[in-house]
Amino acid sequence: MKIRQTSSKLTFGNYLNHWLARWGVRRMGYRVDPGLYALGRPTPDSPVFVSANYTLSFDVLRAALDGMDGYILVLDTKGINVWCAASKGTFGTEELVRRIGETELAKAVNHRLLILPQLGASGVSAHEVKKRSGFSVRFGPVRTADLPEFLKEGKATEKMRQVRFGLRERFVLIPVELVHSLPFILAGTGLAFLVGGIFSALATVTSLVAGLVLFPVLLPWLPTRDFSSKGYILGGVAVLPFLFLILANSSGSWWSKTAAALTWILIFPSVTAFLALNFTGSTTFTSRTGVRREIFAYIPVMAGMFGAGIVLTVVLMLIRWLGGKI
Amino acid sequence: MKNREAINTLRYNPELCNGCRMCTYVCPHRVFWMNGRKAEIVRYEACMECGACQLNCQPGAIAVESGVGCAAAMMWAALTGKKESCLCS
Repeated sequence: MKIRQTSSKLTFGNYLNHWLARWGVRRMGYRVDPGLYALGRPTPDSPVFVSANYTLSFDVLRAALDGMDGYILVLDTKGINVWCAASKGTFGTEELVRRIGETELAKAVNHRLLILPQLGASGVSAHEVKKRSGFSVRFGPVRTADLPEFLKEGKATEKMRQVRFGLRERFVLIPVELVHSLPFILAGTGLAFLVGGIFSALATVTSLVAGLVLFPVLLPWLPTRDFSSKGYILGGVAVLPFLFLILANSSGSWWSKTAAALTWILIFPSVTAFLALNFTGSTTFTSRTGVRREIFAYIPVMAGMFGAGIVLTVVLMLIRWLGGKI
Repeated sequence: MKNREAINTLRYNPELCNGCRMCTYVCPHRVFWMNGRKAEIVRYEACMECGACQLNCQPGAIAVESGVGCAAAMMWAALTGKKESCLCS
């Protein structure tokens, strides 16, 4: 039986590690070795907590248990957090039962009770675990910060059992979204600059930032229910200043200005709306059925508008290239 | 409630409920509530189809087609013909 030692104290290195993880630096590198850990000086009567082998999951758990002695059983979730791993099945019944056996947990403790994070429940079937390992599963609160109160009171309040998606939860997602999208931001902006100049480049950056940064922040306050329609509204508002700029500043006939403005209305809000639709995967509340309905309803609109905008841009370029006076 | 199919795939048969309360513990959106000795759906529209209730309902009173509500995953699956799965790994 191998038991590793850990503590509730997070080091500067741990915090730096969390910060880098939020920025998507070496995305898959935040792993803890799976297995059984002793927190403080546990006895055979101490509680057993189950966690994922993602450093952020493991670290928030041990930090929340400050001043307590216990065991932490770390499952091999391939460096993925509890909730996402549960939906993939890696934080699951199979892995939990296997890990209980491999670590010989039954020899380390007298009791037969495991405390799991509530969000692990979409991967772990409590009655199956009981049947196969003899250990009872108790689902604790959603957040590790509520663990001390949960342990003291012996039960979770309604609030502890509800997942939240507040400003802070939405905010921490932004860096990694930006980093992942950086190649597209650079390529799109460069292309827009070559085709339409500085205003086009600025409008491109604005619509991308609207989708990647403003949308997550403003999500609950944007009108309408669907993510795509919220994205269209936000993208429309974001592109408005550029429409005024182009109508006021560019030379040429009224119809060429109108055509140029039209390409912007077709292209940019669709980009923001597409990014907004993709944010569904980052939220804590969208259902598969709801997202599928939205894909069928809005993707044709986005593709149609975006495609029409591109075609119109090419046509306008051709007219200019052929020496058309516009 | 009318036209439930349009919202989500959660189905519940109260006759099979044994009153164990597990669904009221595991649901992250408080869809279930204990009404006496039986669970009851109180926030049907909040279901995100995570599947935790079905997995932890021993008598099998709950059924839901669980999956990830992620547009990127679904579109990628449709484009590549692969199984729908979270891409963020």
